[in-house]
Amino acid sequence: MTESASGGFVASLRVVGHVAVHVFKESVRDRILYNLVIFAVLLIAGSYLMGQITAGQDVKIIKDLGLAATSLFGLFIAVFLGIGLVSKEVQRRSIYSLLAKPVTRPQFVLGKYAGLVLTLAVNVAVMIAAHYSVLGVMSWLESPEFRAGWEAPATDPAMLKAFFLIFVQLMLITAVALFFSTVSSAALAAALTIGLYIVGHFNADLRNFETVVDSPAAAALARGFYYVLPNLAPFDVKTAVVHAQPVPWGYIALTTAYGVAYVAALLLASIVVFSRRDFK
Amino acid sequence: MPTEKAPSARVSPPLGGLGLALAIAVLLGGALAAQTARDNRYAAWETESELLYVQSGAALTRLGLAFDDLLADLYWIRAVQHYGSTKIADEADRTYDLLYPFLDLATTLDPRFKIAYRFGAIFLTEAYPDGPGRPEQAIALLEKGVEAMPERWQYLMDIGFIHYWWVHDYEAAAEWFRTASEVDGAPWWLEPLAATTLAQGGQRGGSRLLWQQLFETSDNEWLQAEAGRRLLQLDALDALDQLGLAAQAYRDRTGDWPRTWAQLIDIGLVPFEPLDPTGTGYILVPGTGEFELSSDSLLFPLPSEPEALPDPAS
Repeated sequence: MTESASGGFVASLRVVGHVAVHVFKESVRDRILYNLVIFAVLLIAGSYLMGQITAGQDVKIIKDLGLAATSLFGLFIAVFLGIGLVSKEVQRRSIYSLLAKPVTRPQFVLGKYAGLVLTLAVNVAVMIAAHYSVLGVMSWLESPEFRAGWEAPATDPAMLKAFFLIFVQLMLITAVALFFSTVSSAALAAALTIGLYIVGHFNADLRNFETVVDSPAAAALARGFYYVLPNLAPFDVKTAVVHAQPVPWGYIALTTAYGVAYVAALLLASIVVFSRRDFK
Repeated sequence: MPTEKAPSARVSPPLGGLGLALAIAVLLGGALAAQTARDNRYAAWETESELLYVQSGAALTRLGLAFDDLLADLYWIRAVQHYGSTKIADEADRTYDLLYPFLDLATTLDPRFKIAYRFGAIFLTEAYPDGPGRPEQAIALLEKGVEAMPERWQYLMDIGFIHYWWVHDYEAAAEWFRTASEVDGAPWWLEPLAATTLAQGGQRGGSRLLWQQLFETSDNEWLQAEAGRRLLQLDALDALDQLGLAAQAYRDRTGDWPRTWAQLIDIGLVPFEPLDPTGTGYILVPGTGEFELSSDSLLFPLPSEPEALPDPAS
């Protein structure tokens, strides 16, 4: 790479970074981080209530609750901010002034994506901290004899594996939302993203569709969809970590590689579509 | 030249901050008053029975998307609540119809939900009216647990225990204990327990041994407390037997059954009015030679003991 080319790349990254920081600041202004307060209250109140009504299963249930809430809150942020990343700028006509600045369309799309991923990263990091804090207190309040009977320690570091895959899944959903945001209105983008999220959890059924239909053509079509549509179920290892089941690093690496490749493909498609859009 | 003051874009509320807060408080108070009036005038709107909207675990697993675990927790909580609320309900015709479906759904959604199997089995076996008295459902639930986690010797032991304590099938119990003893990591005492069960089935000593093992090996506070309570019930049964002997001795001496504790104390057959292990007095049934556990006792009602095996010598 020549010096001028690498300098151009760095400058381009800097522009992407500026857009990303702008998106993050906008999410802070939109009070998106308030959801962290709801998350913390949910966990703390849950930990108290669960102890009263779950016959000794409070730690397991708080683990489930924290992981599920991280996934769900992240999903809401990814979908409802993701769908507005581009379409909102178009709707508000602010896209004209943005494109008049020295920002290329690919830089704009990548910056928007990076900004929302940064917002999600901050959210997930704070949720992880709250999750471990609540479980740490619960563990501290319990006697050592009963702690010994738990399937896994309350603050089991293995839960980070589940949090990590949740984050990669949220990156993927953000990319889906961004893609739809470049081609349609916010409402349609939301419907399509949520639709793909649901389909993504049934995806494994498409792979073995020949067991339920006689038509080889239909089975082949279903198998095609299996490879094309995002497969989200493998990102869910919550049950495994809560029950102290091993989640191999190789599995995490391959699932992450799948997620990153899919995100890259979606971002490329978003850039291509957005670059060809005529805003006159 | 005097300049005209530009009109402010912000419109200040007509009431001011304090007035606004007061108005909100009054309105909320009005809502509260309306709610209280309604609650006082009309009975709470209750459905005739609890409903289970989705009965298929497979369907729920699909509908749950990535939140199966949380759904499993909800069904577990519903099972605990259903059991607890039904147990303390006043109705004579109380039923535990939804207990097994709740537990089945919880364990289908999360097949490794360990405690749901063991607690569930305890809830299901408890005799009516303290439970549904359905040992066959408890065994089915535990067998489902064994299928999901073949390494859990505890479930095999629990199945044996249900055969022993509730079904009174000592041969089946011994067979399950033997099967449990063959699982890797199972404790050494399971194999002799199988032999003891066959030899001493129905004797209180055998029951005590079983509950003692459950007490010592339970990995949960609630399970341990339940086993501890059963051990205290066995102590109470021992005490009632002793009191029966004292009454018989009284009758041998006086020709009549005792009518008061004082009669037994006066001739030294009991030192004082005895208390059960939780500190509640036993009840002397006057003129019958019988004694009962008070219904106020934390150990009430006492379990019906398994029938003892026939003495091989007789």
